[in-house]
Amino acid sequence: MNLSEYALNPALYDELLTASGRARPGLAPLSNFLRRASPHTLALKRDAADLAIKTLGISFTVYSEGANIDRQWPFDIIPRLIQAEEWRRIETGLKQRLSALNLFITDVYNGQQIVKDGIIPADILSSSKDYRPECEGMRPKFDVWAHICGTDLIRDKDGCMYVLEDNLRVPSGVSYMLENRNISKRILPELIERNQVLPMDDYPSRLFDMLCSLSPRPIKSPEVVLLTPGIFNSAYFEHAFLAQRMGVELVEGPDLMVDTDDCVYMKTVQGRSRVDVIYRRIDDQYLDPEAFRADSMLGVPGLMRAWRAGNVALANAPGVGVADDKVVYTYVPDMIRYYLNEAPLLPNVPSYLCSNPEERAFVLNNLPDLVVKPANESGGYGMYIGPRETKRSTREIKQKIEANPRNYMAQPIISLSTVPTLIGDNLEARHVDLRPFILQAKDSYVTAGGLTRVALVKGSLVVNSSQGGGSKDTWVVMDAKKDKD
Amino acid sequence: MLSRVAERLYWFGRYLERTENTARLISVYSNLVLDLPKVGFVWESLVNITGFDAQFKQRFSAASERNVVKFMFDDPACSLRACAGSARENSRTTRDLMPNEAWEKMNELHYLLKPDLSSRINRSGRHEFLSQIIDLCLELTGYLSGSMSRKEPYYFITLGRNVERADMTTRVIDVACLNLMGRQAEFDEQDNILWMGVLQSLNAYQMYRQQVQDRINGPEVVAFLLKDPAFPRSVNHCLAEVASSFKHLPRHQPALKAVNRAKRAIGRAVTEELLQTQGLHDFIDQAQADISTTHNKLSQTWFLS
Repeated sequence: MNLSEYALNPALYDELLTASGRARPGLAPLSNFLRRASPHTLALKRDAADLAIKTLGISFTVYSEGANIDRQWPFDIIPRLIQAEEWRRIETGLKQRLSALNLFITDVYNGQQIVKDGIIPADILSSSKDYRPECEGMRPKFDVWAHICGTDLIRDKDGCMYVLEDNLRVPSGVSYMLENRNISKRILPELIERNQVLPMDDYPSRLFDMLCSLSPRPIKSPEVVLLTPGIFNSAYFEHAFLAQRMGVELVEGPDLMVDTDDCVYMKTVQGRSRVDVIYRRIDDQYLDPEAFRADSMLGVPGLMRAWRAGNVALANAPGVGVADDKVVYTYVPDMIRYYLNEAPLLPNVPSYLCSNPEERAFVLNNLPDLVVKPANESGGYGMYIGPRETKRSTREIKQKIEANPRNYMAQPIISLSTVPTLIGDNLEARHVDLRPFILQAKDSYVTAGGLTRVALVKGSLVVNSSQGGGSKDTWVVMDAKKDKD
Repeated sequence: MLSRVAERLYWFGRYLERTENTARLISVYSNLVLDLPKVGFVWESLVNITGFDAQFKQRFSAASERNVVKFMFDDPACSLRACAGSARENSRTTRDLMPNEAWEKMNELHYLLKPDLSSRINRSGRHEFLSQIIDLCLELTGYLSGSMSRKEPYYFITLGRNVERADMTTRVIDVACLNLMGRQAEFDEQDNILWMGVLQSLNAYQMYRQQVQDRINGPEVVAFLLKDPAFPRSVNHCLAEVASSFKHLPRHQPALKAVNRAKRAIGRAVTEELLQTQGLHDFIDQAQADISTTHNKLSQTWFLS
């Protein structure tokens, strides 16, 4: 069954086709291909993708209890397309958002003018569990704290792209984005060419240049390292991948030491060698047993000391989590107006703060139609999804909200847009989101597209790979016709 | 290069070599026992070589063929499965530094040894199974030596391999002598076969034959395995390889000094005298201590403290 028999749900937004079943502007080459492709052709492409995944050595390994489980790389061969024109708007919006967030973090740890001006209530910051007093008074280079950000975007049935959340702590997924493109190049080369897909392969070198620019020492080749929690971390594949692509050392906590001069050194066969920039992929609380969790075996004792002394750059900086909080999120549009004096280009998903009495009353009266999220969790933990819950869990969430309103916010349910996806021999509509990656130091950079995650289970809105989600390559395509005009 | 990476590559080299050596030992002993049906100590001495006697006795009461082979196949401490597993764990985080094919062979080896091995214990399938393991080890080593640049990662793997080899050769000699000494009269007729077994355990029979024209005899065999400059598993040759790898690494003086001292001591051995005075065991003890000092020096110099 090819695209001619594709079951469009007119109540949802499909990324490829309009409600009447025609290709969206500029996306005809893919829809034409899918209309003509026989199930056999698509099956061959899928086999080729499976083979590519093996020969490219893309391991998607999950470790549990010391043993490893090699998982099937969850890749769907049908790409998700975005028109270049729309992408340019999104790109500008993402840069705007991250700039404002970085100004906000600088402000949070340096005087909190935004609170004094009454834009954000003081208790929102003081009650955030990711506020780090150790960061007070710090001004990292370029005043940038979040150098790498993975922002989750979703599209509602009205076609509007919303920001669902900003991942500022240790966002992951970029290696999967790059590998997806690698696979597409092998299996759909002619389509990529015909669609004039914008390249994204430059990400590792952009990342490396950005990291180098953070070096406290003004030297030609600063020592950059990637700090991983180790092989048992589920994102280890990505850590190794990025270190290799950037040509930097992949280090673990015990490889590094902070000496009495408050500088960071790595232990090599040549002896110790000074480290200038650490791209850290471990959470704040494990970073430095002297400053945070004393039981952390993953961190480096004295690292915060070295960072505060300005002898090493950490990307992302400690303390960024304060801006990656579901309640603080609701204030991002206000931050953009406040710091940049601009109108926000990308809207937030409408949100209700339980700390506000009026909004709380609305939430408590409309629980079955809302998603309720705790402020400081990620990965879908502790989420309440109205239509799916029992009376008992509704009672429980009510009690929790009333006990600690600051810790909860609620959003209407967004019916994520769909993309044709190869399920067995058929093309079926499946829900997707999108995570582009944004870099910021002196300048900003956004990947052309991002990681599209797809819920492979029919009707499901859960795209997390740990819960049966898959991924797709994302193509930002030029409108071939327009170019000719 | 990170100290941790150097350490893992070294241990990868050691465990890979130990896997191959262990497979060869089991294979040779399985043949040897066919030629020596009346000699009871053969299987026990295989456990002696590993040095895990206590561990074995905890698990099994008798050193029967089945028990020993089972122990050597799947014991969590010193078996084939344990050695291959450790080699794989050490190469997992350093796989970027070696050819992809080597990593694939490593996985093949791991998956060959992972399932229940009880069906492999029987004599009928054992030889083929062990050959398969040895072949995989050699293919892996071939990929490493054929496509790795002669830089630090390669030298640390080579160090691991040669330290392990030197250690294994001393163990094989030591156990052979313990068994042979004092039983000369009793086993005289089988002496020849036993010394052949010793040579075969180290893949040395053919090279020994080409080098030594005399009939097979204890002092010559021991001298060959300790001192021959050209045979790749002789202690002398292994230590020379270690010394030459050291020279490619920075800050190598203390380690080089230690290995040269060990090498000189080997050179001074007069095997005929050692065998007659029963001094060989003490001599081997000292040689093992020297190898261990070399290991400690290299560990202090290049690895994480």
